Amino acid sequence: MHIVVCIKQVPDSAQIRVHPVTNTIMRQGVPTIINPYDLFALEEALRLRDTFGGEVTVLTMGPPMAEESLRKALGIGADRAVLLTDRFFAGSDTLATSFALAQAVRKIGETWGEPKLVFTGKQTIDGDTAQVGPGIARRLGLQQFTYVAGIQDVNEAAGTITVLRRAEGGVQELSTQLPALITMLEGTNEIRRGSIADVLRGARAELVTWNAQAAGIADVTSCGLRGSPTVVKRVFAPKTRAAKATQVEVKDRTPETIAEDLIDQIYARQPGLEDDLMRMAAGY
Amino acid sequence: MSTAPTPAPAAGRASMKKELPERFKSYKHVWVFIEFEHGQIHPVSLELLGEGRKLADKLNCELAGVLLGGDKAQLQEAAVSVWEHGADLVYICADPILTHYRNEPYTRVMTDLTNTYQPEIMLLGATVMGRDLAGAVATTLLTGLTADCTELAIDDEGSLAATRPTFGGSLLCTIHTLNFRPQMATIRPRVMAMPARTTGRRGRTIEHKAGLNELDIITKVLRFLPDRDSKKAQLAYADIVVAGGSGLRSPENLQHVRELAAALGGEWGCSRPLVQKGWVEADRQIGQTGKTIRPKLYIAAGISGAIQHRVGVEGADTIVAINTDPNAPIMDFAHLAVIADATEFLPALTAAFNRRLSVNRLAG
Ligand SMILES: Cc1cc2nc3c(=O)[nH]c(=O)nc-3n(C[C@H](O)[C@H](O)[C@H](O)COP(=O)(O)OP(=O)(O)OC[C@H]3O[C@@H](n4cnc5c(N)ncnc54)[C@H](O)[C@@H]3O)c2cc1C
Ligand SMILES: Nc1ncnc2c1ncn2[C@@H]1O[C@H](COP(=O)(O)O)[C@@H](O)[C@H]1O
Repeated sequence: MHIVVCIKQVPDSAQIRVHPVTNTIMRQGVPTIINPYDLFALEEALRLRDTFGGEVTVLTMGPPMAEESLRKALGIGADRAVLLTDRFFAGSDTLATSFALAQAVRKIGETWGEPKLVFTGKQTIDGDTAQVGPGIARRLGLQQFTYVAGIQDVNEAAGTITVLRRAEGGVQELSTQLPALITMLEGTNEIRRGSIADVLRGARAELVTWNAQAAGIADVTSCGLRGSPTVVKRVFAPKTRAAKATQVEVKDRTPETIAEDLIDQIYARQPGLEDDLMRMAAGY
Repeated sequence: MSTAPTPAPAAGRASMKKELPERFKSYKHVWVFIEFEHGQIHPVSLELLGEGRKLADKLNCELAGVLLGGDKAQLQEAAVSVWEHGADLVYICADPILTHYRNEPYTRVMTDLTNTYQPEIMLLGATVMGRDLAGAVATTLLTGLTADCTELAIDDEGSLAATRPTFGGSLLCTIHTLNFRPQMATIRPRVMAMPARTTGRRGRTIEHKAGLNELDIITKVLRFLPDRDSKKAQLAYADIVVAGGSGLRSPENLQHVRELAAALGGEWGCSRPLVQKGWVEADRQIGQTGKTIRPKLYIAAGISGAIQHRVGVEGADTIVAINTDPNAPIMDFAHLAVIADATEFLPALTAAFNRRLSVNRLAG
């Protein structure tokens, strides 16, 4: 079974800093990682390959330096890596991104055999939209399962799959016909450490690098800025409140006294809350 | 950090003008997709009706709710609540095929409705269902979709200005879909306030035929397994929330958080590190990658107040920080603070609340 996993290289966003004076993002020196959610997708794909045989191809769209994330994925155990990179892709929103990635998945299918499953992460930590997965599925006419918590069963001969999908207030058990696209929920599997052989292979491997033309994209007007219906009009810092928190006096006081004082101050700030609490404490 | 807005980046899309193609000029009205499952409307849909009402009034157009499901009578009953929360019109599409949410039939009906009735704006909850559906609908219609918005407005040109956090919550950006329709956005539960319900308010209904055949739908729902602990789903909607963070130092100390929450009849939650350490299940996490909450009272114990946590709690009426560090970032957005060791102070606070509430209970 051939499986494609879409991964994205993202800034390690805990470390993003905003310039205190100009309010602009300071990108220099921000380390990059594979989008953490995508690792669960990769692991699930590798497990299926280990069970059913076949190959896992990882795909990323990004600047040439995104190569690093592909090498890491090879090091974890992926069989093949494709880097989709072209200046035409710059400034893509989710619609344009899913267009380019869908084209690349098609081309991957033509080159190495049609994938039965395409995986993406639940969402990215930089874009954070969870839209690219469904976008790819639509473009390729694949059945779509988002927020998948587990794969129950794959019947290769019959070409069917059964998954557990997180839904509001419970879990749906769904079955469908392959090919399908799955966005994998976090924490659903334990990500393996690659073998030394894989890590070395990852470091040395020849990556497949495609520009728009090589990926079979004839019409670049669907890519990048031009192919993006959304327009970022303004980027700005969140408003900060002028006042800091009022500190309840703690010096030389017992916890009991401080607690009483805090409760008084809460009620003073928010008349009505006391009644609400009374009702809730009484169990209404 | 200064509060002055940064100048917009001068590049690319930012300088694009609105040139709405002729075929989109007939697109009018604001729609809210009403999430209806297991006989119930998801509260986020009602919150969006409140927001949609404001947009429709500004644009001087109608607000419609779109209700899909398996049972017509049930949908007609649900329509009452949609009107009473502000809609002028409800589109109803009843078909057994739509009984349980599935991407394919829902996407087909939503795109079909859109092409037929041509809304200018479409809002969906950023829930498991809304996000699954919105991405598929937007791609089919080849239009713009802005995820997880925190603010919606209409600009001078009459376009939807959708603001959302970016770069891990450290900045906000305002996104427009200038030349495509509908302009689509998802909004997380609890980000918008629940509108007041006007009992007796009524509107029109338009019934739409799904025109689908179950044989054409490839995906089948085999089972639905409801969550055992349905209480957890209540965190986002709790009036009182107590949460613990790394400052608690050990999983045993979470007991103090649970006890205070129980004394107040509220819910409890945590910051992300406790989920990562495996102390708490992921659905109790509060913040950007967890739940957004909007309680009347939020008590954060041993939580530093990183931006990713902050964006999930800012809607709370009163925020109380219990922290040993008077300079923790949480002091910038908490209203009241107790500089103390949370493991010592929480039991005292629980006892004090218990005393007060029981005294008053006797007196009342
Ligand atoms: C992409 C991304 C998404 C994220 N999403 C979320 C999210 O959804 N939710 C979230 O919470 N975080 C999220 N984070 C993590 C976030 O950046 C912070 O790391 C996290 O919120 C910190 O948790 P904390 O406050 O519990 O721990 P810390 O930052 O370690 O703070 C502990 C606090 O406890 C105080 N303290 C220590 N001892 C005591 C004591 N005895 N009594 C009282 N106080 C004490 C300290 O002074 C300190 O302020 C995300 C990060 C990233 C990169
Ligand atoms: N540039 C990209 N290259 C490869 N995969 C991507 C890219 N952008 C998004 N994805 C995939 O789509 C998922 C959802 O992304 P997003 O819609 O940005 O939250 C991610 O978890 C990735 O698996």
